[in-house]
Amino acid sequence: MSSFEYASPRTEAEAAEMLAAHAGQTAILAGGTDLHNLLRAGVIAPRRVVDLKNISSLQGVSMVSGGLMVGALTTLDEILRHPLLTPYQSLLQVADAVHSIQIQAQGTLGGDLCHLPNCWYYRNGYGLLGKEKGESLVAGGRNQFHAILGNQGPAKFVSASRFAPSLIAWGAQVRIVGPDPDQSAMVPLEHFYVTPKSPNQGVTILQPGQFVSHIWLPEIHDELASASYEVLQLEGLDWPLASAGVCLTTSAGIVREARIVLGHVAPTPWVSHEAALALVGQSVTDDSAASAGEAAVAAATPLSENEYKVQIARTAVKRAVLRAMHLLQGVS
Amino acid sequence: MAERKFGWGKRSENVLIGKSIPRIDAAVKATGAAKYTADTNSKGTLFARLLTSRYAHAKLTALDLEAVGKMPGVKAVHAFKEVGDEIRWEGELIAAVAAERAEQADDAIKALEKATKFEVLEHFVDEADLAAAKAAERTKGLGKANKGNVEEALKTADAVHKGYYGIHTISHMCLEPHGAHCEWKGDDLDVHLSTQSVSGTPGQFAEPLEIDASNVTVTANYEGGGFGSKFQADEWGIAAAKMAKKAGRPVRLMLDRATELKVGGTRPSGFIEVTVAASADGKVVAWDSTHWGTAGIGGGGVDVGQLPYPFDFPNLSKAQVGIACNVGPNRAWRAPPHPQLCAITQPALDDLADKLKMDSYDFFMKNLEFTQHGKGEVYAEEMKIAAKEIDWKKKWHPRGKGAAGPVKQGLGMALHTWGGGAGACNCTLKIHPDGAVESFLGSQDIGTGTRTIICITMAETFGLPLEGVKVNLGSSKYPASAPSGGSITVGGVSGAHRRAAQTALWKLFDLVAAKYKVEPDGLTAKDGNILNGKDKVCTWKQACALLGQMPLEVQGKGPEKDGLTSERVGGVQMVDLSVDTETGLVRINKFVSVQDCGMILDELTAKSQVLGGLIMGISYALTEEQIMDNKTGRYINADLLNYKLPRIGDVGELVAIMYQPDSEYDRGVIGLGEPPVIAPGAAISNAVANAIGVRVPVLPLTPKRVLDALKGGQA
Repeated sequence: MSSFEYASPRTEAEAAEMLAAHAGQTAILAGGTDLHNLLRAGVIAPRRVVDLKNISSLQGVSMVSGGLMVGALTTLDEILRHPLLTPYQSLLQVADAVHSIQIQAQGTLGGDLCHLPNCWYYRNGYGLLGKEKGESLVAGGRNQFHAILGNQGPAKFVSASRFAPSLIAWGAQVRIVGPDPDQSAMVPLEHFYVTPKSPNQGVTILQPGQFVSHIWLPEIHDELASASYEVLQLEGLDWPLASAGVCLTTSAGIVREARIVLGHVAPTPWVSHEAALALVGQSVTDDSAASAGEAAVAAATPLSENEYKVQIARTAVKRAVLRAMHLLQGVS
Repeated sequence: MAERKFGWGKRSENVLIGKSIPRIDAAVKATGAAKYTADTNSKGTLFARLLTSRYAHAKLTALDLEAVGKMPGVKAVHAFKEVGDEIRWEGELIAAVAAERAEQADDAIKALEKATKFEVLEHFVDEADLAAAKAAERTKGLGKANKGNVEEALKTADAVHKGYYGIHTISHMCLEPHGAHCEWKGDDLDVHLSTQSVSGTPGQFAEPLEIDASNVTVTANYEGGGFGSKFQADEWGIAAAKMAKKAGRPVRLMLDRATELKVGGTRPSGFIEVTVAASADGKVVAWDSTHWGTAGIGGGGVDVGQLPYPFDFPNLSKAQVGIACNVGPNRAWRAPPHPQLCAITQPALDDLADKLKMDSYDFFMKNLEFTQHGKGEVYAEEMKIAAKEIDWKKKWHPRGKGAAGPVKQGLGMALHTWGGGAGACNCTLKIHPDGAVESFLGSQDIGTGTRTIICITMAETFGLPLEGVKVNLGSSKYPASAPSGGSITVGGVSGAHRRAAQTALWKLFDLVAAKYKVEPDGLTAKDGNILNGKDKVCTWKQACALLGQMPLEVQGKGPEKDGLTSERVGGVQMVDLSVDTETGLVRINKFVSVQDCGMILDELTAKSQVLGGLIMGISYALTEEQIMDNKTGRYINADLLNYKLPRIGDVGELVAIMYQPDSEYDRGVIGLGEPPVIAPGAAISNAVANAIGVRVPVLPLTPKRVLDALKGGQA
């Protein structure tokens, strides 16, 4: 690990200022569950690490008009316990599926949204796009955990965030602070992620000096149902092979509106309008849920070793839809 | 006086032997009080870090240690390689530094990495692709064996099955990585070594350091996993000693996780193309196979000798091809190479059973007559017990014909054997005049309960409680004992201790007999007393007081052919699992192991061995795998995130049944470390085939391989 400056701001404005100092060469520390690994492996070597943990405004969950504001420092464990979050079933399911008590206690929601890819080429020093001598190591390489959608450009890793699919399905927004200390903006989470064309572009729209302070969730109502389904190989800490977050609005047993978002299948969380369309106007049954799964992966372009992920993604969508309506049976 | 013979007591009279006794070191391990090599941190200890190669094959063209030696905090540097040397696998050690602080050592390695240059050479790392290996001229024929007339037998057989099976390379993944803490005291070197061989390693340090072996003390009090990979001083251990000498300070050098996986030992892979045939009644008549794989750059692989495992069919033809891959060298991995032999044999037999439309149980039962080592009858008994426990006859269904729905249940079985004869052991046993008992031996407790079973042996012999005896092991200054590997430790140490303890007891009996005017032949030691028949003669302490001022010291040794120990165990494993055909996930429902192992000293420890073996077996059957990247030549998943290990939630219900009729007790002590890890790969593969109706040919059975097989593709 290289030496770095450590900055510990007390306010959001201070944080923006401290982040702006070495533009592009700062890293943000929240729970540290990802940053620590990146630093130790030398994947990133920032000049300054800005620790957000002492900014009290980033903590806690509060009601605001039209919904909830969830502080970016909210831990997974707090998500599991906070009464205001109980109705957001899909988020609880994601937090629970992390399985590791340590990560649940230490990891934060903001940190999850900004988690860098787990691509082993990236983590072994071949850059975000996994290239050597200008050639992609991923295409035709060991890509069993890589993207099956949105992978036609240079980026073939999968977005690492576990909460983003469900949050996007909820229509969540993120509050971004900076780069001016007094500047902040609300952005739909769906628009927060980018598929980089160059290794230095990053995986989100965050610019130097910016950070995520809060996540906004819309109000719930009786006709809304949500669920997440992650396909995990291990019962311990493991990353999903594919996942899906869904949010359904139903009336009289018919789906009126559907938001279906896949995770770990593309360089960004993957919003599937096709899957949603397949479901709207239908009642949720095994068949309609399967159709949604089918539609979600219809355009998949698997790489040399990951065709199996198409089937897994299809299943994740189907089961998330069924789970949202409490119809998932016979599988774990 | 009657002849005094070494032997174990009557089974019914045992107080400790064969009971379930918790490990005597459980509390110190659970609380962290037990200090491992990785914990050793004497005053002034320097931190060491390694520079390793990121290339699988290269020539070292520039290495400058001088500048690094002057960096802040750096106290010593060491070169493993010189300019011009060939690097043969990723992770190969190039240099080490020892510094005051870990960060300084890191900085020095980073600087060294920048200044180190390579000429990159062609590599080959694909262990499974025989055609590519041949094209790259990386193959070597490693032997053939024939018996009978395979061609003729295949012609006349009623059922013939051709199949392809495989099992990938795995690493040992010791929780405590390989490493040493080295400290010089004048000309003497103290080494804390994470090792399976305290008696065998001083000489390995002495020679390269140009000192006498008598100057070296190797200590290993506790061991965080070895599994066959820790018998050596290793070049990094020598480097730690050399840097400690240069710096005049202790140095601790433990491999980092990635390096541990890359160079700390791997288990060779095995891939096989096999034709196997049977007569209509289900008896196998012929086996014809070619198998290949890698054990590293030297080629090698899974030895052809014991195929088909553990059978000896009437007609055999088998050939082995080794592939030289640019991957870290192999080391013995728990029961070498039986797990691979089992995994490339018994799925083929199970597929043949399916071809015959036979229940796998009936098929294996029918072929027990061909098992080696005359264990057929014991296997049959064990199969009956296992089948009852797992409810085989009720739950079994023809392949792929289970209940409807996406989650398919299946049953599979496999069987195994292992030697487990006693290893060499010398011990010194002392009875102090105050009644205290202790022994000394240069063996080690690698986590298998060696301390506990030694204390049980001594305490049972002397009629004392466990707390009344003490064992001192883990130092090369104690009487030499064999390395702990191959399941030879329990027989070695218990035999030697029983002999020493009986010898000592007889001497005490003679003193008691003289003092109390009784016949020595009638004396026994029970409950802290010396008895004559049922009458108490004196207490244990009173007897020991007869020794005078000096303790009684007896040397124990072994192995001997006196019946205290023997060899050759077997076992049957059956698994009930579920496969989610929509995700490819395999979940163990219940795993039953029925195991014979001679006389059991501590049933709890014996069962723990079995459970550990099952868990390790489930791991290599379902998740664990070295993944090599052909393009970069790198071990691309050499970390704890992507080298997937099961957690307790992944292993299902494990049932360890110890096969213990009196005939087993009468065989004496036999080792149990290796056997339970051999069959899980084959048993699980067979159960998956039974569940989904398709063979997933290559282990581990990841969701990818299961779904690919279901799709009809190459898994």
